[in-house]
Amino acid sequence: MSSADQEYRADLRSYVIGLVVAVILTAIPFYAVGFGGYGVRTDFYIIGLCALVQIPMHFRFFLHIDLSRSKRDDLQLILFSFLIVVLMVGGTLWILGSEKMRMM
Amino acid sequence: MSATGLRHPGLNLGPAHGDAHEAAEEIVFGFWVFLMSDLVLFSAIFATFATMVDATAGGPDGHTLFDFKSAAIETGALLLSSFTFGMASVSMKHGRETRSVALWLGVTLLLAFVFLGLEINDFLSMLAKGGSPERSGFLSAVWLLVATHGTHVTFGCLWIVVMLIQVLKLGLTSDVKLRLLRLALFWHFLDIVWVGIFSFVYLRGLA
Repeated sequence: MSSADQEYRADLRSYVIGLVVAVILTAIPFYAVGFGGYGVRTDFYIIGLCALVQIPMHFRFFLHIDLSRSKRDDLQLILFSFLIVVLMVGGTLWILGSEKMRMM
Repeated sequence: MSATGLRHPGLNLGPAHGDAHEAAEEIVFGFWVFLMSDLVLFSAIFATFATMVDATAGGPDGHTLFDFKSAAIETGALLLSSFTFGMASVSMKHGRETRSVALWLGVTLLLAFVFLGLEINDFLSMLAKGGSPERSGFLSAVWLLVATHGTHVTFGCLWIVVMLIQVLKLGLTSDVKLRLLRLALFWHFLDIVWVGIFSFVYLRGLA
């Protein structure tokens, strides 16, 4: 098998794995909410956990971001953007959550 | 596949594509800057939504407004469209026929139409149930978030149509390949945003 064939298979595999993983991680929370009857609190944990696992899987298998092989500049751009997102979202939730508690 | 051969995040065309592969480094990096700014935008809207999630002001909540089946089909269609776009990218990279690239793009477009059709239907049924955006903080946030994503998908569809025409008229020239690389990143990115929406808006609302 030539190296072009190997690469073709590797590329194809990446998308197929991505699809399978995404379908599983999507089916679990939909099942839990639609048919599970585990209670709201458990459902929230299942939904949150599956989303938090699924998003990196999309980055890995569909967007092909690989921590070890990606170029430094690009990786820094992406990691810095995530830092901003964590600060912004985390900060918003922290401050407004705290406000809400004080107003109760 | 050499370990150091990657020029940018995302599917690389590879050295066999010559000029297009060389040019991709800078062009795709620029597109990542845009994508990451879009990520910051969506994150801000998600954060707003999270603070508004209980602010229904006596109006309808997720249980009354959202439709489980519709959300499930939308999710399936968009996820599958991300995969079919991946197949278009693989066909392009590995020198399959132009026709197969166009075919996968066409399938992606059809799935996107399924998604958009159901989403418009969702919006109409929300309106019919009294769930208009001005009803409560919760509803303003839902509409802002879901419609911002929907607008992105709509423009993505327009972009796919343009690229379909270019692929069929111009063939897979270097410029066309570079445009398809960027459209692929955009499309996969929209699916990632949707994971957040179906999880934290629809499923959380229906749980």
